[in-house]
Amino acid sequence: MLIRKPKKISESEITPYEMYLDRRKFIGQAGRVALLAAVAPGALVAGDLTGEEAEAAVIGSQGDELTPFKHVTEYNNFYEFGTGKADPARNAGDFRTRPWTVAIEGQCERPGDYAIEDILGRFPSEERVYRLRCVEAWSMVIPWMGFPLKDLLAWVQPTSRAKYVEFTTLHDPDQMPGQRRRVLDWPYVEGLRLDEAMHPLTLMATGLYGQELPNQNGAPLRLVVPWKYGFKSIKSIVRIRLVEGMPSSSWNGLAPTEYGFFANVNPEVDHPRWSQARERRLGEIRRRPTLMFNGYADEVASLYESLDLLRWF
Amino acid sequence: MMAKSVVWLLGLAPILWAGIRFATDGLGANPIEEALHLAGRWALVLLLTGLSVTPLRRISGWNRIIKVRRLLGLFAFFYACLHLLIYLGLDQGFAWSFIVEDVVERPFITVGAGAFLLLVPLAVTSTKGWIRRLGRRWQRLHRLVYLAATLGALHFYWKVKADTFWPLVAAMVLAGLLLARVPWRRLRRTKG
Repeated sequence: MLIRKPKKISESEITPYEMYLDRRKFIGQAGRVALLAAVAPGALVAGDLTGEEAEAAVIGSQGDELTPFKHVTEYNNFYEFGTGKADPARNAGDFRTRPWTVAIEGQCERPGDYAIEDILGRFPSEERVYRLRCVEAWSMVIPWMGFPLKDLLAWVQPTSRAKYVEFTTLHDPDQMPGQRRRVLDWPYVEGLRLDEAMHPLTLMATGLYGQELPNQNGAPLRLVVPWKYGFKSIKSIVRIRLVEGMPSSSWNGLAPTEYGFFANVNPEVDHPRWSQARERRLGEIRRRPTLMFNGYADEVASLYESLDLLRWF
Repeated sequence: MMAKSVVWLLGLAPILWAGIRFATDGLGANPIEEALHLAGRWALVLLLTGLSVTPLRRISGWNRIIKVRRLLGLFAFFYACLHLLIYLGLDQGFAWSFIVEDVVERPFITVGAGAFLLLVPLAVTSTKGWIRRLGRRWQRLHRLVYLAATLGALHFYWKVKADTFWPLVAAMVLAGLLLARVPWRRLRRTKG
């Protein structure tokens, strides 16, 4: 039988983590109030939410313990750097994230190539603690840094014809060894319906644990959609395109019966090869039940009222 | 015998190495998945190694190598048992409703379970006494290993999401080992 011994943790590992938690306590409140104003403007005016309720409404991760930094940054699905979970941390060290340009294209008033510095300067980052549920039935809790995608979209002004947003990852086999084999149809693409993209929970992440996004987590800019399976949260984005028709998405293209375009976390729709009813939170032994929309049903269920979730999984 | 010591070393190395890794880095962020995959992979590797004994003997003429075949098979069975126990206990927490659903509804688990069940009678009848008692039927019974290995390779192939490289390597090695058993010369003779 395997009996887990408590691991020896070096001093240097403990201090930043503890400091980080302290820091959160102090600056968290301010951020939360600001965020709450965005998510639930009525709540602040009415003042009818307690601090805890406000936190739950905003971060949706109440009572969830943060997944240690080590796991968040050493257990990754980022096939551009290899298909093993440890490959990205091993192979992404020299990945160059500067200079970096994001092309904004399609149905919007301000198309163009934007330097990452312009984007980071224009949209100040805030902290969001989100659960991340992988389609492989494991999950993490990650304190992201980033800005709401809706801010960027509001700034580029989608035209009335824009119905979807398509995202593309960098294609550079020289730097991304995983792209030298055709495991997926490179470059990786993903998409959201415009209302999903405009949802206040949808985040463009630029960092985690209070620091710049590590390369293996999708530096310098990635999407985070906490109520969808992790593969929707496309990494190392170089193009954002506003389009009229439903864009293709990489996993959906590879295996449409296994990975849908919407890919909302749904314990009632199993992956053909495994159950989605339960998940293993990294660091825990027993599986826990998976929650509808990854526990963000109160915030996002209304987006899908007219959608048959069994068909549009 | 030298060859037998090598097999003992080969058979015990994976679990020793996993133990060292567990003690040092806890087998990574998802130790249960890692242990599950390690045990499954080694079951298949050792099964294929066992299947390579006969072709190797025929090519090299080194007849005494046959003595390690049983040990290889039993080590393969040992890792298959570990794989199954990790799945049932650590991965699924003995949640039988989920386990039954897995076996019934998910082909990749169904074939994995089938491969394991086929190995059980082979492990049981691997003793000298059973070999004597079964006589010629023993050999016929133990041909089930071809089916078990095929189901095992299929289990591995169906399990992966997109990167089929290693499952295909395993399948090709298995195909080679099975083809090496086809009595080509006799076939040609009957044709002519």
